Amino acid sequence: MPDPNPARKRELSLWRRFVNAGATTFAVGSAVLVLVPLIAIFVYLLLKGIGSLNWAFLTQTPKPPGEPGGGMANAIIGSGVILLIASMIGIPLGIGCGIYLAEYGRNRFGDFVRFTADVLNGVPSIVIGIVAYSIVVLQQRHFSAYSGGLALAIMMVPTVARATEQMLLMVPNTIREAALGLGIPKWRTTLSISLRTASAGVITGCMLAFARVAGETAPLLFTAFGNQFWNLNPNQPTAALPLQIFTYAISPFDEWHNQAWAGALILIVLIVGAVAAVRVVTARGMLKGAS
Amino acid sequence: MGVGIEVRELKAWYGKHLALKDIDMSIPPNHVTAVIGPSGCGKSTFVRCLNRMHETIPEAYAEGEVKVGNIEVYGDGTDPVDVRRKIGMVFQKPNPFPTMSIYDNVAAGLKLNGLRNRKQLDELVQRSLKLSALWDEVKDVLHKKSGASLSGGQQQRLCIARALAVEPEVLLMDEPASALDPISTSKIEELIFQLKQHYTVVIVTHNMQQAARVAEFTGFFLMGSLIEFDKTEKIFTTPADKRTEDYITGRFG
Amino acid sequence: MNSSDPFASQKPVTSVPSLAQTSAERKKTTGGAALQRIRTRHPRSSRIPDAIFRVLIALTALSVFVIVVLIVYELVDKSRQSLHQFGIGFFYGHDWDPVNGDFGAAPFIYGTVVSSILALLLAVPLSVGVAVYITEMCPVALRAIISFLVELLAAIPSVIYGLWGIFVLAPLLRQYIQPPLGKYLGWTGLFTGPQFGLGMLAAGIILAIMIVPIVASITREVLNAVPQNQREAVLALGATRWEMIRMGVLRNARIGIVGAIILGLGRALGETMAVTMVIGNRPEIAKSLFAPGYTMASVIANEFSEATGDLYLSALVEIGLALFLVTLVVNALARFLVWSITGSTRVNA
Repeated sequence: MPDPNPARKRELSLWRRFVNAGATTFAVGSAVLVLVPLIAIFVYLLLKGIGSLNWAFLTQTPKPPGEPGGGMANAIIGSGVILLIASMIGIPLGIGCGIYLAEYGRNRFGDFVRFTADVLNGVPSIVIGIVAYSIVVLQQRHFSAYSGGLALAIMMVPTVARATEQMLLMVPNTIREAALGLGIPKWRTTLSISLRTASAGVITGCMLAFARVAGETAPLLFTAFGNQFWNLNPNQPTAALPLQIFTYAISPFDEWHNQAWAGALILIVLIVGAVAAVRVVTARGMLKGAS
Repeated sequence: MGVGIEVRELKAWYGKHLALKDIDMSIPPNHVTAVIGPSGCGKSTFVRCLNRMHETIPEAYAEGEVKVGNIEVYGDGTDPVDVRRKIGMVFQKPNPFPTMSIYDNVAAGLKLNGLRNRKQLDELVQRSLKLSALWDEVKDVLHKKSGASLSGGQQQRLCIARALAVEPEVLLMDEPASALDPISTSKIEELIFQLKQHYTVVIVTHNMQQAARVAEFTGFFLMGSLIEFDKTEKIFTTPADKRTEDYITGRFG
Repeated sequence: MNSSDPFASQKPVTSVPSLAQTSAERKKTTGGAALQRIRTRHPRSSRIPDAIFRVLIALTALSVFVIVVLIVYELVDKSRQSLHQFGIGFFYGHDWDPVNGDFGAAPFIYGTVVSSILALLLAVPLSVGVAVYITEMCPVALRAIISFLVELLAAIPSVIYGLWGIFVLAPLLRQYIQPPLGKYLGWTGLFTGPQFGLGMLAAGIILAIMIVPIVASITREVLNAVPQNQREAVLALGATRWEMIRMGVLRNARIGIVGAIILGLGRALGETMAVTMVIGNRPEIAKSLFAPGYTMASVIANEFSEATGDLYLSALVEIGLALFLVTLVVNALARFLVWSITGSTRVNA
């Protein structure tokens, strides 16, 4: 058989070893490089945010530029109001959709709904803002927390639906059959048995959706619009934490820049807290009472 | 031509679990040696230690002396990559590369080693496919069909061709026919019988009849130890160890 | 009871009469008979609530569909004026002139495309590298930690990326990266002009950081889906680890990886806040990456709430419609590719 020159084979071996080492270096290097911005962002948030984080920040409304002090209290509360509205609309719709997909939707129509939910998930948040503007703000002729909440609710639905569907599918069928065999009607089985068994996972999904929309700015730009003053009326323009961070960040005032970092620190703590909590719940096992 | 394998005090671990205990074995060249034993006895582990595939499993480790021809497999300066090129392996479940054509599958090992000359590649691919009795069936569709589009038995013969293409000195086969239907199995067994002219073959099998059919030598493993190693005929008719006899006669395993 | 006939109820086992007796008796009080009795007592009591529940639930599922239809309708309806006025020329008109009522979207399309492609060029090698590291090279103990950290990158809101971009990345670019780039690679025409820090380059880098988690996590899923025996087959031929990864893993997973990349592209196209904060917001087409630019999402974000006049608003909505359609196509394509490899439409993005 034709025998490649043994000397040449050895030389190639050296090249192959070199390539192997190079590839390993690249992979390790990528992992390091990817983590660098993560660490950098967190470090900066801590450094720059801590300085401006004080009691005044958490309890006061913004002061005019040039005047020291003031805070983002209205933005924090405002975010709370908007997120509450969003959750009240988005979570029931999402859970309902998830129940449908898991319990009744193993067919073509279910596939179609699933596809549509995926489409909805991919729509840029600014486009959803346009739609919420169109549906609510244009009709009312003013900005409001309602329109902002609607935009965020639309964004929550696909995430909640997916999580609910997946968790419900993990509930073993034997549990459903046991309930049905006892004479419990299907609707009760679904709600009290299946959903309850999957509840930890469903709550996790809701928390993830909540965390995702809590940081959204774009859809609020022309729906909730923001507000420099206290406002608890959801039918009026309302401040939101991410909005305030944005406004302050692009302003020319140093004092406002510092406050933007502080606001960002609060936001990131809330979001990372939610994501970490989700991880812990997931690691511990998602189903209560199921094998 | 094939070379012999000398194994001295081979031990293998999965994490803390000692799976092979001081194996001593002399595998003769240009013969087929079967490795038999009940599930979990270490026969697959043993064979995978011969070409240093065992250590690719996380937390798996082997130690001892294995000499394949002149190569010290576990020697200080030995590169596992080199060892694996010189020892071919065929696995239980056929695993052709699905994204490559039949030709490219067989040539994969050659290209890895830097062979680029098209004419040489063509020759070697044809030779390997003829050796594994697949040439006639695929010679017209070498480049058109993917490796995964063949039947199970053909896929396994493709994997054999792929292993043979790099001209190994030893061919290891880990239950090569256990995932195949009886007709494919008998084709593979015929093939093994032919191969021993050119190679040393070590075959793991849980099928004693298969061992009796294809192998001239047999080693019986039990719980990580080599209980008996002898000519197949002797093992199956007058085994020296009672445990061997119990296994052969079906009293357990 | 492994010797009893499962059909004992139909054929009484005469040799064990007591068994037949008790099984007949049992039928009256448990399981099927009990259900029978409940059914006869309440023949239809659960039918109506069940039906109502099913309808309600189906309505919520339908709501997803309704929302998407609403989105399309509103986008088309509110952009009608602009569609009518400018026609297809809207998309290659260079001038964005709200004062004179002349609207052309070309600068934004250019900005969106260039920033996204730049982001992909930077993010894809890194993402595939990280994914390969996590699945093929990383010690098992580290795997969970690193995956978690990469996921954390995905959790950071866009506005915080923007904040960091303005005050950390831009000065960094201005002081340390742009000067050498301009000096040594300026001849390419890509690195010329004033060095503000902010601009297309900053936008591309920030976008890259933002899409790495998506591309990396899907690539990881796809790599994990490659069966172990493929890796073993390559190793047994005498391959180095990198050769094993290249031939046995990446090659098998390439369709899925392309899907991951396209999904990352979809995310980059729609990204708004971070880009708006660092790209400079000037509606001009420039070759240099140092120059400021403007993306489709950014112009909507910046000018929508201050748009005067129906035509202005309509033009902005038309840009929104275009953005919607593009991301729709890109995402559908990506999910199809990933589905063909992993066998599931579920994508963790």
